[in-house]
Amino acid sequence: MTRDDRWRNAAWTILSFVLIIALWDLVVRVFHLPTYLVPSPGTVMGAGLEQWPLLLEQSLWTSGAILAGYLAAVLVAVPLGMLIVASPLLERLLYPPMVATQSIPKIALAPLFVVWFGFGIWPKVSVAFLIAFFPIVVDTIVGLRGIDPAMIQLARSMGAPRWRMFLKLRLPHALPSIFGGLKVASTLAVVGALTGEFIGSDRGLGYVLVQASGQLNTPLLFATLVVLSVIAMAFFYAIEVLERVCIPWHVSQRGHPV
Amino acid sequence: MTQTSEPFIRIDQVEKRYPARRGEGTLALDELTLSIDSGEFVSLLGPSGCGKSTLLSMVAGLTRPTRGDIAIGGRPIQAPYTELGMVFQSDLLLDWRTVIDNVLLQFEMRGIDPRGHREQARALIASVGLAGFEAKHPWELSGGMRQRVAICRALVHDPALLLMDEPFGALDALTREQIQLDLQRIWQSRRKTVLFVTHSIAEAVFLSDRVVVMTPRPGRIHAVLDIALPRPRDLAVRESAQFSAYVREVGHIFQALGVLK
Ligand SMILES: Nc1ncnc2c1ncn2[C@@H]1O[C@H](COP(=O)(O)OP(=O)(O)OP(=O)(O)O)[C@@H](O)[C@H]1O
Ligand SMILES: [Mg+2]
Repeated sequence: MTRDDRWRNAAWTILSFVLIIALWDLVVRVFHLPTYLVPSPGTVMGAGLEQWPLLLEQSLWTSGAILAGYLAAVLVAVPLGMLIVASPLLERLLYPPMVATQSIPKIALAPLFVVWFGFGIWPKVSVAFLIAFFPIVVDTIVGLRGIDPAMIQLARSMGAPRWRMFLKLRLPHALPSIFGGLKVASTLAVVGALTGEFIGSDRGLGYVLVQASGQLNTPLLFATLVVLSVIAMAFFYAIEVLERVCIPWHVSQRGHPV
Repeated sequence: MTQTSEPFIRIDQVEKRYPARRGEGTLALDELTLSIDSGEFVSLLGPSGCGKSTLLSMVAGLTRPTRGDIAIGGRPIQAPYTELGMVFQSDLLLDWRTVIDNVLLQFEMRGIDPRGHREQARALIASVGLAGFEAKHPWELSGGMRQRVAICRALVHDPALLLMDEPFGALDALTREQIQLDLQRIWQSRRKTVLFVTHSIAEAVFLSDRVVVMTPRPGRIHAVLDIALPRPRDLAVRESAQFSAYVREVGHIFQALGVLK
């Protein structure tokens, strides 16, 4: 993709947002929607600007919970996936309980975490962690297992020890799949942190949402949603950029060199 | 064939049975005995599922026979035999490595610093007509070019033995003929022992000193043909009466076995 192409793509993206906002404005005007149901884009922006210090501060809290939960999930899930692939015994030991924990709706655990950790940041981090964790493990396992058995035969005929096969073959081979898991998990971590904030919190964007909805302050509600989606998108694209840097060789990346 | 001295590869009454959950499993190979001399080019021909790949993998020490012995250079094979190069039907190139780094994988997997072997790899890549492609990635290459890189990877450490399992099976006819000529040239200049699996009778006859025809499963040796075509063989050899006679002979054997009807 050339520089020109990239500018053109950016232009299209901006255009699509402009169109959506224009349409939104039009619908609000044509149907005379009351502000407490659907505020116009202008009203939302006004509320956002007015409450900007609040939104910014609470964003930091929420982002912190998302990041902490996510990083913890990555740091635990990737090595765990590796262990499970490396040893059938560990697989039998770890995999079933892991699947079992996943069958509990994580959101249902949030109240428990509030009991355990109080109203601070930890319940949010815990829910974000739990919800982000599973796709990363699963995709790590799938990626590490997915290598062509003939490749392993070839490596054995080269006398390679298992750790070297792992480092030079299995791990790079698994990266596209791991990144798939990381991307899914990034959006889930946002959901997790927010859920934690809904259940019990006096801080964060989730708390702002609950407050705004209680006061029927719909413009602030919308403004918070916009901020939240910006955070989630920034997070997702940060991981896409990292992916592009790490696996430029993969089919999914070839159209977009760094 | 009677030999007084020890052959390079000795396959002695080898049987391979793959276990199954129930029943007695699959008998892939049975009572297979074959000797291969150093520098010989031997092809294995046989119907699908007769155990050709299994035999190759046992020679490489990657699979253990359930009965019988295999020895290379007089030493029985107990573990993966690493003084060889292998080529499979799929090229098994790594997408994240360039052509030259794919070739140098051979050294890296052995724990040898590849930097001292770059020139050697470069020369080999050039010798198969890929000069200038060293820094390309596999996805930028055609199927034939990719398989050439795989062959370079199997040769770069200059092994005495080359095991090839249907290496050209996925290539188009034209590419296939060219790569056969290239393989013959490499084999003649470097004097490797080659054990070559193919489904193409013409390919086996064209390349080999001996063609081993196997029975349907369980695989046994049905016939061994000495191919007395002069070397080096060019594509014109294929038009010769002698060549056609060999091809016809193998065809008749397959008919007698009920493989071709
Ligand atoms: N790992 C395995 N486990 C169980 N059975 C196997 C295994 N590998 C091969 N077999 C069986 O052994 C027999 C011989 O297989 P093999 O792959 O050696 O045949 P082949 O001659 O190479 O066939 P093809 O020409 O199709 O490649 C087949 O019946 C196959 O089903
Ligand atoms: Mg086979």
